This record gives sequence, C-alpha cells and structure tokens, in this order.
Amino acid sequence: MPLLQETDYGTPAVTEGEAVTLTIDGQMVSVPAGTSIMRAAMEAGIKVPKLCATDSLNSFGSCRLCLVEIEGRSGTPASCTTPVAPGMAVHTISDKLRRLRRGVMELYISDHPLDCLTCSANGNCELQTAAGEVGLRDVRYGYEGANHLSAPVDASNPYFDFDPSKCIVCSRCVRACAEVQGTFALTIQGRGFESKVAAGMDEPFLTSECVSCGACVQACPTATLMEKSVVEMGQPEHSAVTTCAYCGVGCSFKAEMRGDQVVRMVPWKDGKANHGHSCVKGRFAWGYASHPDRILKPMMRDKISDPWRETTWDEAIARVARDFKRIQAEHGKDSIGVITSSRCTNEETYLVQKLARAAFGNNNTDTCARVCHSPTGYGLKTTFGTSAGTQDFDSIEHADVVMVIGANPTDGHPVFGSRLKRRLRQGAKLIVVDPRRIDLVRTPHVAASYHLPLRPGTNVAVLTAMAHVIVTEGLVNEAFVKERCDMQAFADWAAFVAEPRNSPEALESHAHVPAALVRGAARLYATGGNGAIYYGLGVTEHSQGSTAVMAIANLAMATGNIGRPGVGVNPLRGQNNVQGSCDMGSFPHELPGYRHVADDGVRAIYEKEWGVALEPEPGLRIPNMLDAAVEGSFRGIYIQGEDIVQSDPDTQHVTAGLAAMDCVVVHDLFLNETANYAHVFLPGATFLEKDGTFINAERRINRVRKVMAPRTGFADWEVTQAISNAMGYPMHYTHPREIMAEIARTTPTFAGVTYEKLDEESIQWPCNGAAPDGTPVMHVNGFVRGKGNFVVTEYVPTDEKIGPRFPLLLTTGRILSQYNVGAQTRRTANVVWHQEDVLEIHPHDAQERGLNEGDWVRLRSRTGETTLRARITDRVAPGVVYTTFHHPMTQANVVTTDYSDWATNCPEYKVTAVQVSPSNGPSDWQVRYTALAAQSRRIAEPEDAGD
Amino acid sequence: MRAVGGFIVTRVFVPRDAAALAVGADAVAAALAPHAQVVRTGSRGLFWLEPMIEVETQSGRIAYGPVSAADIPALLAAGLLEGHATAHRLGNPADIPFLRRQNRLTFARCGEIDPLSFTDYRAHGGMTGLDRAYAAGPAATVQTVLDSGLRGRGGAGFPTGIKWKTVADAKGPRKYIVCNADEGDSGTYADRMLMEGDPFTLIEGMAIAAFAVGAAKGYVYTRSEYPHAIATFDAALAIARREGLLGAGFDIEQRVGGGAYVCGEETALLESLEGKRGQVRAKPPLPAHQGLFSRPTVINNVVTLASVPAILRDGAKAYHALGFGRSRGTMPIQLAGNVRNGGLFEVGFGVTLGELVNDIGGGTRSGRPVRAVQVGGPLGAYFPPSLFDTPFDYEAFAAKDGLIGHGGVVVFDDTVDMARMARFAMEFCAAESCGKCTPCRIGSVRGRETIEKIIAGHEVDRNLEVLRDLCHTLRFGSLCALGGFIPYPVLSALEHFPDDFRRLAHPDARRNAA
Repeated sequence: MPLLQETDYGTPAVTEGEAVTLTIDGQMVSVPAGTSIMRAAMEAGIKVPKLCATDSLNSFGSCRLCLVEIEGRSGTPASCTTPVAPGMAVHTISDKLRRLRRGVMELYISDHPLDCLTCSANGNCELQTAAGEVGLRDVRYGYEGANHLSAPVDASNPYFDFDPSKCIVCSRCVRACAEVQGTFALTIQGRGFESKVAAGMDEPFLTSECVSCGACVQACPTATLMEKSVVEMGQPEHSAVTTCAYCGVGCSFKAEMRGDQVVRMVPWKDGKANHGHSCVKGRFAWGYASHPDRILKPMMRDKISDPWRETTWDEAIARVARDFKRIQAEHGKDSIGVITSSRCTNEETYLVQKLARAAFGNNNTDTCARVCHSPTGYGLKTTFGTSAGTQDFDSIEHADVVMVIGANPTDGHPVFGSRLKRRLRQGAKLIVVDPRRIDLVRTPHVAASYHLPLRPGTNVAVLTAMAHVIVTEGLVNEAFVKERCDMQAFADWAAFVAEPRNSPEALESHAHVPAALVRGAARLYATGGNGAIYYGLGVTEHSQGSTAVMAIANLAMATGNIGRPGVGVNPLRGQNNVQGSCDMGSFPHELPGYRHVADDGVRAIYEKEWGVALEPEPGLRIPNMLDAAVEGSFRGIYIQGEDIVQSDPDTQHVTAGLAAMDCVVVHDLFLNETANYAHVFLPGATFLEKDGTFINAERRINRVRKVMAPRTGFADWEVTQAISNAMGYPMHYTHPREIMAEIARTTPTFAGVTYEKLDEESIQWPCNGAAPDGTPVMHVNGFVRGKGNFVVTEYVPTDEKIGPRFPLLLTTGRILSQYNVGAQTRRTANVVWHQEDVLEIHPHDAQERGLNEGDWVRLRSRTGETTLRARITDRVAPGVVYTTFHHPMTQANVVTTDYSDWATNCPEYKVTAVQVSPSNGPSDWQVRYTALAAQSRRIAEPEDAGD
Repeated sequence: MRAVGGFIVTRVFVPRDAAALAVGADAVAAALAPHAQVVRTGSRGLFWLEPMIEVETQSGRIAYGPVSAADIPALLAAGLLEGHATAHRLGNPADIPFLRRQNRLTFARCGEIDPLSFTDYRAHGGMTGLDRAYAAGPAATVQTVLDSGLRGRGGAGFPTGIKWKTVADAKGPRKYIVCNADEGDSGTYADRMLMEGDPFTLIEGMAIAAFAVGAAKGYVYTRSEYPHAIATFDAALAIARREGLLGAGFDIEQRVGGGAYVCGEETALLESLEGKRGQVRAKPPLPAHQGLFSRPTVINNVVTLASVPAILRDGAKAYHALGFGRSRGTMPIQLAGNVRNGGLFEVGFGVTLGELVNDIGGGTRSGRPVRAVQVGGPLGAYFPPSLFDTPFDYEAFAAKDGLIGHGGVVVFDDTVDMARMARFAMEFCAAESCGKCTPCRIGSVRGRETIEKIIAGHEVDRNLEVLRDLCHTLRFGSLCALGGFIPYPVLSALEHFPDDFRRLAHPDARRNAA
C-alpha cells in the first residue's frame, strides 16, 4: 500500500447542527452549523493554507495564514476560528490575501533554518508545503536579525528529538498535550519573540511530566518534534494500517515503512478505538521486534539442564508430534494440553484450541485470560448473558458519572485514559474505587468527586454497600428494572443488600472506607445522569472476582445504566486480544462463542466442521494442569505466547509443574522464563509479521496486517497447523481469512464477519443477520439472556489474612511504560522510565521498619520471598504495599498465593499478606533462579560452525 | 470649618491620588495635620497644580497649589485656613478655567469627596443610578444604556448597550461582569484616578451592569503597577459589602495583573483571570457569549462602567445630548507628555485636538513648538499640528488613520525624532506581544530591526517598502489590536514626518555621521 496520507480538515468535525449553506470561492457548500469556514472549504476540496490548525485540535487562530475575505464583513478573519453562516460568501484567495499570506510566511522563514535538504521533515513538512502554497520567493529581512537558530536540541527522550530551532510556535504540541493527551506537560514559556515550547518547568522532555504518548510529535508540522527513527532512517515510503499488540484498547496504527523496515508507527485517525491517539508503548515501543534477543530458529534439547540446540522447523515439529503422541500413548489422551495466548491473533488462538480438541482429542485448553478476566466472562454472562463489555469506547463521550474500579487507565489503558480525562474536563464526575491514589484521583484539571481507598480484597463489600444505599434510599430505577430484569431475582437481591449488615456503616470495619464516602458515591452514581463503570483486574483478580463483577452488573441494572451510549459495564482488558482469546473457545469448558462443551448441539456443529468426535467433558484449567503435572498424569504442553512462570501465581508451584513434564513446547518471541523449563522452543512471529485479527475491550474486531515477512519463516498459525498435521490431524489453511471464515461459519456472534468487511471497517461483535454492521452498544432493547439477572453478592473475606507474621497487604499492578511481564517493553528504550520493579510503601510503614527511599527490601509471604527497592509514598494507604510484575528478576509472583476466584480460578493476585523488611541483596530464590535461568538459556554453538 | 470639642477646626482637603503623592502630598498632609482637620480626597486632575489642597471656608472651598510641605508654615501665617490670598491661591476650584471648561459627569465626585466615605458618596448623588435601575428593571436598564449611546471607553468604542443586551439575552445560569482596570496605555490614568478618587462609582456601575444582565459575580482586573488604586479599591469593596451594596446578590473580587500590557486586551485578560497565561483568544466566540470560564460575560473598561451611574441617574437623553456624531456623552481626556497643563479633562466629544493641546493643555511644557501628538496610547497615531482641527471623536480620528483609544494625549515638541518613535512603537509591540500570532510575535521584532536599518541609512527605500508591507501584514493579519494597531504610530510617523526616516539615506550623510 502506498504511504497513506490522511486528509487534515483543519478543525474537528461538527456532527450535530443544522445544515448551513454558503459559497466558498463561488462553490456551494453545505455543512453542519458550527463548522469552521476552513473545514467547510476543505470538505469542498478547497485547501486554505494553514499551520496552527489541525483537525485533532480545537481551532486556535495563531498562524494567520488561513485568513479569508467574507463579503459584507470587514477585515480578514481566520477561516479556522470563524464559523460558517447561512448565505455567507467566502473568498479564500485575492490579491490582498496573497500579500498577507506571503507577509506572514516571510516572517516565519526569517526565523527558520534554511536546511530543508538535510532536514528530517524534508518532503513531509507543513511549513515547507505552506511556503510553496503561498508562493514565498524572498525573505527580505535577511538573516542577521534576532532568531532562534542556535537553540539547542533536546535529545533526552529516547524516541523523539525536540529541536526548538525549527519551532514555529504554533502551539500544536502544547494543545495536543492538553486537549488530546490531557497531561499538560507542555507549555509556551515566555512571551512575544521569546515564546518557546517548554516541557514541565523548562526541563528536558525525559525528566518532565511528559508521558511520551507522541501526540506532540504527531501534531508538530515541522521537524521540531521528530521521531528519532525518522531522523535516522528517513521518511517512510509506504504504509499499512494495523492494530497495536499491547493493551486491550486496540489502537489502530499506520505502520510506516521503508522497504521491510518499520520507520514509525503513527496512530491512525480513523481508528475507531483511538481516533488518532496513542501511548508510549504502541507509538514507540515496537523495537523489540528486531531486538537481538529474538530467537529466529527452532531449538530443542533433551533435558532442560542441557543447552539449547538450533534445529530445523521440520525436525522441531516432528519432535513435538513424536513426543506428544508418545505421551498420549503412554499416559492417555488427556495427558497433554495447550495454553492459548491473548497476545496472538484470533485465528491463531482458534487453531490452538482446535489443536487440543480435534488433534489431541481432549479439552485441555486454557488461556492466560484465566489469570485476568475469566471472572468478567463468568460474571457478565451470568447477569447479562454475554461475556463481554457492554459499550464501545465512544460511549464515554456521553457519560455523566464515571466509576473506575480496580483499574488505572492512565497507566494501563492510556489512550482510553486520555479520552476519559477529556470527558472529565468537560464536566463529567468521577468516582475512583482503588486502594491506591491512582493518577486519575487528581491530575491536571481533573479531580475525583469520590476516592474510596478501600482495603484490598473488599470490592464486594464496597459494591454491596453502594447497592444498599441505592436500594434503601429509593434510588433504584424501578421502571428499568420492571421492564428489563427478572423481578424475582431483583426482589431477592434487594432484600439481601438492604440488610443492615450490608450498610456502608456495617462494612466500614472491613473496607476501611468511611461510610459517608460510600453513600456519597452511591448517590452520585445513581442520580448523576448517565453512569458508566470501567473496571480492571483490581476487580477480577480476587477470590471473589466473579462476585465483584456481578456486584457491578447489579449496580448498573438497578440504576438503569445499561443499554444506551454513556452507561454500561466496561471491563478494561489487559492484553490486546483477551476478549478474542476468550471468544475463540480457549477455555476448557467452552467452544468458540462461550458455548459449553457439554452442549450436544454445539458439539455437533464442530464435529461436523472438524470431522472428529469431541469430548463432552471440560478439560483442565491451567492450575489443574500444573497440579496434574506434579502428580504425574499431565506430561506435555504446548504454550503459545504466554510466560506462565512469570505471570501466573505462586511461581514455585508453576515451575514444579513444568519441571515434572516430559515435553514442554514454548512458542514465543523470546526465551522467556517458561522456556527455561522447555524442551522445544518454536520461535514466534510478531504482530508485524502476520495477518489476522485482534478483538479489543469493546468487542471490536480489528485487522492485523503483515507489514514484513515472518523473520522466523512462519506465522504462528502456520506453526500450529504444522504440529496438527504432524500429529495426524490435517489442517490446510492458506491464509487467516480462511480460519475466520470457519469461525464465522460455526459461531453465531461472528456469523457476519468476513475479511472483506474487516478490510473496510472494524466490526464489533455480535455481527450477524440481526446486526450486519456489528453492535457498538449491547443490551439496547433487552438483555441477551432475556431478563437481567440480579445475583446476591455475599461478601466473604478472603482466606488470605494479615497477621503478626505478615501484617501488610500486597497488591499488584502495572505502569505506563512497561507491559505485563515486560517481554516486549523491557527490550525497548522504555526501560529508561522503569528499570526495575519497586515496592510502594506508606511512610508510616516504612518508618516502622526503618526503611528509606531506595532501600533494598525483602518482600515475604507464606509462599515465598523476593527482594526489590522501596519507594516511600502515600499513594498507598498504611498497611498496603504495591508493586508491578514487569521484571523477571523481581518475580513478584514468587510471593503471590494459590488462592483464586471461586468461580473461575482466576488467581488472587491483588491480595497477598506480606512482611517487608530491610535486605542487603537478592533472596536465595532469586540467586538460585538467576543461576538456573542462565544455565537454561545456554545455546550450543552449531556443530558445523567450524566449516 | 466645624466645631470639634469646643475648638473651631478647619477642614483641609489634600489629595491621596498617586499623582499628588508623587509630588509630596503626604508630606503636605502631615504638615497640615496639627493645624487643621485633613481630609484626603481624590485628585481633580490638574496635575501641574499638584499637590493642590483645598480649604473649606465660609465662601466654599478655596484651592491652593502647587504647595509643598515647606510652604505650609508661610501659608498658615498668610491665612491659609481662612482662605486668604497667597501666591498659591487658585480660588474656588470650579472657577479654575481647566475645570470650568469641563463637563464632569463620570469624574464629578473625583477630588471632591473622601473616596472611602460611603456617606459622602451618597451625599453627592451616589447610589441614585442603582436605585433608578432597580426601579426600572433589568430590561429598561439595558435600554437606557443603549439609548445613551455610551461606547466602550477602553479604546474599541463598541456600544456598551449592545454588549449588555447580548449578555442579558444569553442563556445560562452563571454570568459575569468583568471590569478591565489594566490601564496600560502610555499617558493614561483615568481608571486609576477614578479607582483612587471615587471607587464607589465603579462599584455602583458594576452593580447596575450585574442587575441588568443577571450576573452574580464581578471581577476587577487591576494592573499591578497601581498599588494605591488596588488598596483603595479593596477598601471600598469592604465598605460596599458592609453597606449592603455588595454581598447577597452580587459581589466583586479584585484581581491584580502580572504586568503584561496585552492583558488589557479583553480576551487575554479573561485568560489571565482564569489563571492561565495571558494570551489572546480568537474571536468568535465573543466574551458576551463565552467569556470568563466560558460563561456570558460583560467586559467593560473602568470608565465605561463608572459612566453608567450618571446615565441611569440623569437619563439616557441627558447623556446622549452631549457629544459629537456617533460619539455620545463625555470622555475623560488625559493630557500628558510634554504639555504645560497636564491632567484629566472630561468633556463632551467634539473638542478639537488643537483646542486640547494648545488652549487647554497650554502648549508644551518646554515652551518649544508642538511637533506631534500621539492620541490613544502606544497604538495610536502621531498627529502633526496640521491635523489639529480633528474633533475628538471615534469616527473623525479613524478617518485620519488614528484612534482615540482610552483618551490619552501625549504631546511632543520639535526635538522629537519620529523615526525613533516609530522604532519605539515596534519595540513596545515586541516587548508586550503575547506571542500567539505570527505577525505580532515575529513582525514586531523584524519591524524594529527594519526601522533600525532605515535610521542607519541602510537601503532606505527598499527597507521602507519592506516596512510598509510588514505594517500591512500586521494591520490585517494580527489576532488582536496590539499587532493590528501598531502600524498606526509607525505609518503616521512615516506619513507625516517622512524626513525623519531619511536623515542618513544619502551616503554623504552617513559619512558625516560616521
């Protein structure tokens, strides 16, 4: 595809408003009232020269190039700031305007370096273009006057340079930082000729509040803010639109290329999830794809203590098939299984579960979503009938009250976080339920109306107490409940929550949240207009994760906040394809589309399609696989794109399980921690190297497009297919579109999905005969399950309790610059922001333990211990400590326990009783593990190296 | 004279206006204190006579000036407290020609009363306007202001009534009255004088505006260089709250600027009031629709708002009867620079520039011939004596490529070098530009550089052409009046005093200069 150049209409589209007809240069134009003259002109194909205007930002009117003349009006108003009026006659060109524009451009160029030929923006510079458009032929002021040509470059940011000598002070970067990103890190400092763009308090970009989202770089019309990759490689020459492989927001990007190399990833304006915005990960942290740590050839070994030996694909596949078949022959067909990945495409995930069910002949398939959002699937299916969020991201534009529970969008889902902040700046109210004072609680021009700093593990108590307030204070939307919900279930639920023991006052001693705050938050949510709930793993990763999800669903139903834009229950999915991997039948009990394996009708569909008999009994979940491995009955596993040693709880139990298996096959980009226990390593392909689809948190099926050939030779779906063929179950797909066709054929919610449609526009499932264009908002006229189902949510405290030995509660989360286990982000320059995991501890708790900022501390639970550095902060409450799990050296999951959600086994990552004490170095476990990892990662020199 | 504790104590009025303080009014007051009851007032605006004191006598107030503290013993000995004749005696102030020729409406009480005596304020006709507004109702109040023909005294001359009507008609629960007291024009001081000399008039005017448009909150944005005005006005606000003029339905808060000229531009002022960088906003939206905190906002200059009580008190007709053409009512003209009789002169529009400078102002202070007069602040045009027949009127000045602005008149004698004044204009623009729009941000600097080249005799013809082009870009391309009007002083200097730009144009001249 040639380089995609999106049209810049200069000012944002106006969607509402009556049509206004005017003439521009004699041409009749009709646009909605409130549209700028500039945009109206652009829509009519008339380009008015401009520099400070761009359609992602509100008009500003500073560059004075877009001046026009309007018949009957004096002066030369700016077309970007002047709205259209009926009957207006506009002229965008005249002698006077030509003279003015040249005059302005002459001023610009009198303070601009004349180095176009060696400038990184050469060929793609709006200043250069505008100079051409206005016909500038001379700069009569000369160059001996005052100028900024010697202003020094700030190259501190690892991804982009700031060269103020090229700055035209259009403020687009400052406005993008404010309006789009909402960080307000940039400002114009000084005034008049001394006006200059400054980050923070005139600091280097790197150390300022800048979050490197790239919005400023995107907005810059010159080479002032420019990707270092463009400086190095030159301007791109072709591009393809694809989908980011980081979080569940699912941003669309243009991969801009030179040959088969990515020059930069630029957020795509028409991307339905991100509308042209990005975060530091998707925008910049894609360098892992070419990191030297990437393994590009298959490797094998006999024992995990042996060094790796490179081999051919044929040999590796043959080895896997041989071992798996042997294990099944010796230990039964249920002795092997698969783990699918939320990082891979739908098509790949579908094939892996198909491999288990059709080729292995069992249902031993599970997915990393087990450890994050399985309670979402269970909870929302039970209450609403569909295992997915109810809204699209655009819904936030209509929300009046937003409740964020157990999610940290500005770090975990930054692009959605920015949209949320923008809505909050417009006046929507915010309730934050989180043990930590996350950034959203107070960030520039945003302050939460309520922050409920609950004790980890008490979500259900707080949510039930909110329900108590809503029911007992008469705030239930009775009309909605009567019309849409199961009245018996409602009555049972209402009677339950109304019990005095569920009042905020009664639960205060558990949740440690003042009752008045809970009451205020409940009233605001119930009465503040459109109420929308967004939640994350802080809700699901608990022993009552599924209960909490249902408690959220109860609140939404009771207040009528379901079934229209601006409301709903919105799980913020952690990984790029959590939704998709769940949709694709990755769980042991469900075939694609969340249909139980015990359902004969559903099985019949697949038995016909796949030509094999299917097991009606659910297979093993990940924890059960590991238990069975320790016990000796489960002996072989194919793990695609997941690092269970680092990401799953109770690391020592995980490693014990893996170590007990005969054949562990890891299919990944890097020798991850799990690969330390593997016998066969199959190198994976990045999202840049394959076609397919991801499904984001809003059920949106986004295309992933191959922009370069797989560096390993094969896309992941081809590898799975090869294993299947070698196992004796034939698969003959030639392109992922054929896999999607099979998914559509067999799964009602995907019935209408085709690559042809997806290539036109992304689709939100359900997409079928009833909704051929997909479904942005669910449950509009009724719940998918029929009547909305209220579920009684009894608060049961977790068994993980603090005591004298472990007096603190550890909770975990992630940080903006790093992603999940860090396999990708640790192999990018993002490490400059987060080189290691640190332990956040309250000053009071630190004082008691004699800890200072930056001290090494030992973090110990009943399952294990690790060491890391302390950060002393009151973001956490006394009694609570917090860390991230991005770095394998920390291995935060060494301390997390094997407690899990009662319904789905989702681990209770968010609550672990721990003790923190001073330390002078790594724990014994860390030392042992580091040695083992080094040993295990050895790769033998090829035997023919000497030839 | 009045009896205090059995003694007859004479009241002497000593101004506390900054212009009087600058020339020793406090020392004069201190010297008088043992001998008389000193009442501090505002200034009547006869600055060349400051400190001008007034003694209350049987036959009314008798003015003396300029007096210094050192003069006091001799004056007392000569019978000052009895109003006896001395060399300093000016007689009844109303009979001083400079005052007699005025038509004081807005400044009627200024210099007459104790600015912080609400009793005096009422006794001198204060609060009548607000009472009339209450009686008439909001719509009739807006109509009265509309009918009076009052136009914005800050410089733009926009009809005040239309602005008020727009805000009154705007929907929304919250509206604001903002008073622009960021008086930054060179040679102007009317706002300061009023805030120091009769602050309740401004408060009353804002209260009338608030009543008329339905606002509950007002802000006065005062420039930081006016410490006395700030203190007096804050004190007046406290008194007004005590007296019930402010409080329940409407209150006013004074905010002090940060020293930026451009914050006198209404949208930059609003940005600054909101706590942001003082940077001009593009219009539309107009402040009347989306002003302070995006709410409908009346933003008016001090003099505009302070003129309203008199209009409501005397009726629209009486005000409209004064003036000239489309410029109705009175204008407090401020004479400054090299002028003999510097001071504030409130008069109906229509007086000619020549009358102002020569008759009223008495020509230059240096005694040399007048060469140029800059009217309307640093963005105003320079007028030569050949244009002295121009009547003081918005349209008449515009017709001669000038503006009356906030009513400042700065006089220069024949020693002035107009090329350097043109250079100064650009330098001023460069120093005060907010930096938002390109013509002003870069153009002002290039303008200064280009004029410097011209002054140095470097390619004069070519650079004059560049300068004229630049002025065209500034005039029609700038976002606000700062860049848009800066061509006025430059081009008028060039137009009326072309020789000043060609002093070193000839090679011989350059050689001689070297």
